[in-house]
Amino acid sequence: MTLMRHSLKSLHTELANGSLTASDLVEASLKEIERVDGQVKAFLKVDHEGARAVAKHIDENRSAKRGLLHALPMALKDNICTDGLTTTCGSKLLANYTPVFDATVTKQLRTHGSILMGKLNMDEFAMGSSNENSGFFPVHNPWDLERVPGGSSGGPVAAVAAGEVFFSLGSDTGGSIRQPASFCGVVGLKPTYGRVSRYGLVAFASSLDQIGPITKNVEDAAYVMQAISGYDPMDATSIPQDVPDYLSALTGDIKGLKVGVPKEMMGEGIDPGVRAQIQKALTQLEKMGAIVEEVSLPHAEYAVATYYLIAPAEASSNLARYDGVRYGMRQEGKNLLDLYLETRSQGFGDEVKRRIMLGTYALSSGYYDAYYLKAQKARTLISQDFEKIFAKYDVVVGPTTPNTAFKFGEKTDDPLTMYLNDICTIPANLAGLPAISVPCGLADGLPVGLQVFGKAFDEATLLRVAHAFEQETETLEAPTLGGSAV
Amino acid sequence: MSKYETVIGLEVHVELSTKSKIFCGCSASFGAPPNTQTCPICLGHPGVLPVLNKEAVNFAIMASMALNCEIAEQSKFDRKNYFYPDCPKAYQISQYDKPIGENGWIEIEVNGETKRIGITRVHLEEDAGKLTHMDHGEGSLVDFNRVGVPLIEIVSEPDMRSPEEAKAYLEKLKSIIQYTGVSDVKMEEGSLRCDANISLRSVGQAEFGTKTEMKNLNSFRNVERSLQYEVKRQAEVLDSGERVIQQSMRWLEAEGKTKLMRSKEEAHDYRYFPEPDLVDLYIDEEWKAEIRAQIPELPDARKKRYMEAYGLTAYDATVLTNVKPVAEFFEQTLAEKVDAKLTANWISSGILGYLNAEGKEIEEIVTLPKHLAQMIQLIQTGTISTKIAKKVLSMMLATGKDPKQIVKEEGLIQISDEGQLKEEVQKVLAAHPQSIEDIKNGKDRALGFLVGQIMKATKGKANPQLVNKLIRDEIGL
Amino acid sequence: MSIQKEDVYKVAALARLKLSEQEAIQYTNQLNDILQFAEKLNELDTTDVKPTSHVIPVSNVMRTDEVKTSLSQERALFNAPDQQDGFVKVPPVFEEE
Repeated sequence: MTLMRHSLKSLHTELANGSLTASDLVEASLKEIERVDGQVKAFLKVDHEGARAVAKHIDENRSAKRGLLHALPMALKDNICTDGLTTTCGSKLLANYTPVFDATVTKQLRTHGSILMGKLNMDEFAMGSSNENSGFFPVHNPWDLERVPGGSSGGPVAAVAAGEVFFSLGSDTGGSIRQPASFCGVVGLKPTYGRVSRYGLVAFASSLDQIGPITKNVEDAAYVMQAISGYDPMDATSIPQDVPDYLSALTGDIKGLKVGVPKEMMGEGIDPGVRAQIQKALTQLEKMGAIVEEVSLPHAEYAVATYYLIAPAEASSNLARYDGVRYGMRQEGKNLLDLYLETRSQGFGDEVKRRIMLGTYALSSGYYDAYYLKAQKARTLISQDFEKIFAKYDVVVGPTTPNTAFKFGEKTDDPLTMYLNDICTIPANLAGLPAISVPCGLADGLPVGLQVFGKAFDEATLLRVAHAFEQETETLEAPTLGGSAV
Repeated sequence: MSKYETVIGLEVHVELSTKSKIFCGCSASFGAPPNTQTCPICLGHPGVLPVLNKEAVNFAIMASMALNCEIAEQSKFDRKNYFYPDCPKAYQISQYDKPIGENGWIEIEVNGETKRIGITRVHLEEDAGKLTHMDHGEGSLVDFNRVGVPLIEIVSEPDMRSPEEAKAYLEKLKSIIQYTGVSDVKMEEGSLRCDANISLRSVGQAEFGTKTEMKNLNSFRNVERSLQYEVKRQAEVLDSGERVIQQSMRWLEAEGKTKLMRSKEEAHDYRYFPEPDLVDLYIDEEWKAEIRAQIPELPDARKKRYMEAYGLTAYDATVLTNVKPVAEFFEQTLAEKVDAKLTANWISSGILGYLNAEGKEIEEIVTLPKHLAQMIQLIQTGTISTKIAKKVLSMMLATGKDPKQIVKEEGLIQISDEGQLKEEVQKVLAAHPQSIEDIKNGKDRALGFLVGQIMKATKGKANPQLVNKLIRDEIGL
Repeated sequence: MSIQKEDVYKVAALARLKLSEQEAIQYTNQLNDILQFAEKLNELDTTDVKPTSHVIPVSNVMRTDEVKTSLSQERALFNAPDQQDGFVKVPPVFEEE
């Protein structure tokens, strides 16, 4: 196995026994980035000097206490603030914005000893399901460069799938971690709303956004979750609840586990190839001792409509601060109004403008009740569906996406078709529940993701189920791109 | 009598005196160099989140209670969306449909009559930054220090019927807030700001007329003057058969008139929605009791106490209690065991008169309460006359010296020596035989004239009672 | 409910976005598609349903009133496109007369 495919656990051992140094890992990561990123385009910024300096410091202080993610090269989605390193959100408007503070997760990762290699490409302001909305250039799927990696965390997922870094963090508002993880054959976890601090995550839809890990395997995800979870006094919506030991949850035992499979997620809209893989996975879970039963999420069909009112409404307000006054792009005008109009019209891309328009409309006088308030009520109904199921079941399982990775340009003409790609992931965000996507084989040579939803704050069970399943499933590894990997 | 009735409602913003801002840890103090009290949170950087300052909520609850409001069991925050360079997030975190306090009232007194003015609501929000417009339309400069200073907005019912009532309401509101200690309520520093809604309607008409909104009236005087102007302007508009247009007006102090604020923009649509970054507030009985126990004596209660305990007139008690530091000055003076009524008189006519003339606040004066007490004692022991005392007080106020020192240095001790005064009396009587005749004929004014002459001859130092007696003795009355 | 081009211009003005004629037409069509799709929610009877603005069951999250260190003026203005004498500079707010 090439070095960049090693698990975090084995790296820990190798670092501890001195067979590897932090500098070895940073150089390996830089070499892989150099080798493949011209094709994948996962990175918006590589911090060669910064990463090397941290590695050097770690290697010179071998006796220092070792964090959970000691010496491990990683990278962050470019909507996670990094002090002194540009944070663009994939937008031209913030192309030159350099935060003067670290996001809480950035701090936590630094505290746990991991090494920041750079910032990762994404759909502008996390709005998109294909990465075609990046304000700079699209990311390519390492499995097939002519296909999209999914979105909006296309960069973070592709970087892990292509072996450029050991793990990354993405953000998930309607599926932005899980959908690309599914498209690129890696593990992506969206934690319970409030489990991981949002401080320093550039807001898209504040009541839906969560940061989560993207890793090659479930055990790695448990490591990263352990490092980033917990209450943050800087985030009033983070929850003061104890964080369990995620690694010890990985028992491999799911005997007697009650699994609900929503019939709404296994119906017509799901590609037959994908459905076949999910069926296979369900059989596998049963074989391992789980009790699998069909359940119903009667309001699931309203999830996309609900989401596409709530998220743009919140976004229209969250993105209003990009006005060219204090930071970011400024297009001068003869007066202030001109400055606002020019800066925002030239700075934002099409999809972002579309959602700002939609959200502004949904909140505007005379329409609030019909759209925004109605959607908030529908949200309550969707949450209640899950509550009912979780009264009887431990987890809910289904596909992460209705289809595998599609080709560039395939869905760009019609925004609505693109939005429908989020049909399986959105309910978790609306209900604030944790959900993980774990690889479950290929359909037509492309990865399929199995999605597991859990009870609020029960990431441990999600990880246990995903890990147990993973142990019994063939490991997926993206084809090696151009030449030999490190 | 006008054929129109004036209807006024005020929206008052009060900055709360917390140490830190409402949603971040930056200092909320006034007067720092530009942009030195900011952080990513109050500057509205990408990714930042607000965390509510509990003291700001405590203060808002206390102010609401002092204004006799019902306190919300459940309260929440909302975003008010608008673009302006002083508003970094392009939304202000405010409260829309669940303010901290509702349905309150305060009592004002105008022309000796007490009137209750309703308070619609008291809500908590964040302040904006400060914009300075440069000359020649070159642009504007923005200072974000004040962004995020906690504010309460106090909205009154349209219960005021004259500019005088509006001024009285504002003064009373200021007084109450000052007593609670939740704000220093300084209009000149912007910690108390006032907007007014004003409309006219025909006497007897039930529905309100069309209102105009007067923005940012920055002194008590301007509140009254601008409203008087607007009453007249609206009356003229109505008299001419035109209609008042609902609009925002700016008061131009120098020109003494209101001006339509330019607004080329579309009508405001603030698109309020619940702030997703903050959670709901539940204010339970325990919390309320805790705050209630901390509310100090308020001006009305203190006024009542002064009237009952010291026998002060309603007028004197009002004057002394309006401004909290004045009441404190009064009580500190009384602590020196001097007569309350005399003290009240000396403060209201002497000290407050001086402050008015100088345009100063009581905190700025150099005279100490114990010095005022000493001065009063000097009068009571007959060391100085009331007349001399006035002179002594003005010197005290000018120099900060204690009254005994002034009396000594200036040689102002009252002459109560009979022998010494008798000499002066005889001299004056000799010079004014006609006055003696007049007195004998029962003309009291002549006696007063003679006393005056003697006071003049002694440079005011003569003990007037003694002079009076001596004159009578000499004439043989 | 269907959204007209004039509504789209109005919304764009509120959001401080400048639209070309072509964009306005495009957005009118696309927003109509999306809003029509959203009409689906009208099938739901939400009479007695409480709206969800927060999925998490917490309340009264507050901090104590303590002053923390602010950014230096230099750091505060680090990203400012235009500044003068410690202030952020913007073009005139009002149009010239």
